[in-house]
Amino acid sequence: MTAVLADARAVAATVTDPELPMLTLADLGVLRDVRAEGGTVVVEITPTYSGCPAMGVMRADLVHALHRAGFADVDVRTVLSPAWSTDWISDEGRRKLAAGGIAPPGRAPVRTAGPVPLQLGPSRRTASCPQCGSTDTEEVSEFSATACKAMRRCRACLEPFEHVKEI
Amino acid sequence: MYDALDHAHGGEGQWAFGTGFDEPLAGVDTTVPDGLDPADLGAYCLMLGDDALVLCQRLTQWVTAAPELEEEVALANCGLDLLGQARLLLARAGSVGVLGRSRALATDSIPDEDALAYFRDSDEFRNCLLVEAPNGDFGQTVVRLLAASTWRLAVFSRLRGSRDPVLAAIAAKGVPELTYHRDHAARWVLRLGDGTAESHRRAQAGVDAVWPLLADLFTATDVETRLTAAGVAVDPADVRDEVRDVLTLVLERATLTVPPWPAGQPSRGRLGQHGPELTALLADLQGLAREHPAATW
Repeated sequence: MTAVLADARAVAATVTDPELPMLTLADLGVLRDVRAEGGTVVVEITPTYSGCPAMGVMRADLVHALHRAGFADVDVRTVLSPAWSTDWISDEGRRKLAAGGIAPPGRAPVRTAGPVPLQLGPSRRTASCPQCGSTDTEEVSEFSATACKAMRRCRACLEPFEHVKEI
Repeated sequence: MYDALDHAHGGEGQWAFGTGFDEPLAGVDTTVPDGLDPADLGAYCLMLGDDALVLCQRLTQWVTAAPELEEEVALANCGLDLLGQARLLLARAGSVGVLGRSRALATDSIPDEDALAYFRDSDEFRNCLLVEAPNGDFGQTVVRLLAASTWRLAVFSRLRGSRDPVLAAIAAKGVPELTYHRDHAARWVLRLGDGTAESHRRAQAGVDAVWPLLADLFTATDVETRLTAAGVAVDPADVRDEVRDVLTLVLERATLTVPPWPAGQPSRGRLGQHGPELTALLADLQGLAREHPAATW
């Protein structure tokens, strides 16, 4: 069973994110667990954002990939806690994002128990340009084409680029 | 032709108005904690879920009409986060059997959260009046977003310790999203209030329009009182000072006049007493699904 489970893990780890296709769900930190319960392969995934519209596709892709690999009985479960953080994106995932022209996130803000301090100034986020490597970049918009990204521009090479925002 | 399309979908079309995703709480333990009335828990989830659903609908009304493309994307993204929170909360209400009259109208194959969103009338909605008011201009929209997300963030940050683990997990997930919305709205209020004479005038008009709606937000219903005592909910009276401090700070920094804080009164929205604006909003949101309740594609 151990070898079979290792196979199932390997298959699940190849499934990619539908909106960031250069990343696997494992790179993204969305794939939380793959285990056997009786004859069933149980896969646990966690949503990035509450409204992430990719969850359904991720679920279907995992089921299809495991079915194709011969695992007939697959159960994909959602785990909500602990909440996903961009800190869970692997080093390999960060390299792939940058190679794909998307600036990877910095460290996520520390989560505290009390009231959340108001941030009235410009965002303190920084990111290097994924095209030319310059650190002289500015935020153009706090939101972008998907929930998980902001829009920046490089002052050196003038190219706009997306940045996975830290949460 | 249509038969072939239907066959391609495994012979079963997908309901036309839902996401087609699997149940959002699949695999989550939805057991009700000991000693808790499921009807109360469900009613509370409807309050928080309806706030998010209705505000999402208001925000997305700016799509194709916002002052600039980046802001349109921003408001739609805030709406998307809220829609996700609404979906989880309405699914939680459904998981404890709180479905109101929606099931009498929705066909069996429609998931609980979609039945609740599309097949309840306005008197069954439990959102506060703040979120259902029309958008007004962009200034009023960002003032309302600031007020609504400040209240919601204060409640959610406390709810992370709820005795209902599902509610606690939904809240913990929502906190960073709501922080982002609140700070984005606050920076806009600052920019407009401390901007040109015209932007200041409009932001102040937005504040004056939004402020009376705050009266609806800080008096607990019986459900909230019981659930707070049980360690599940947050008494909205407990977040009043925090919300007032944040809003006052932003408005003062924005050189706007802070109106007198409205006297607290029992929430009408939480009891299903809504204005005609909500009926009109729901007609937009629900009309097509109700016209064709069994439509598939």
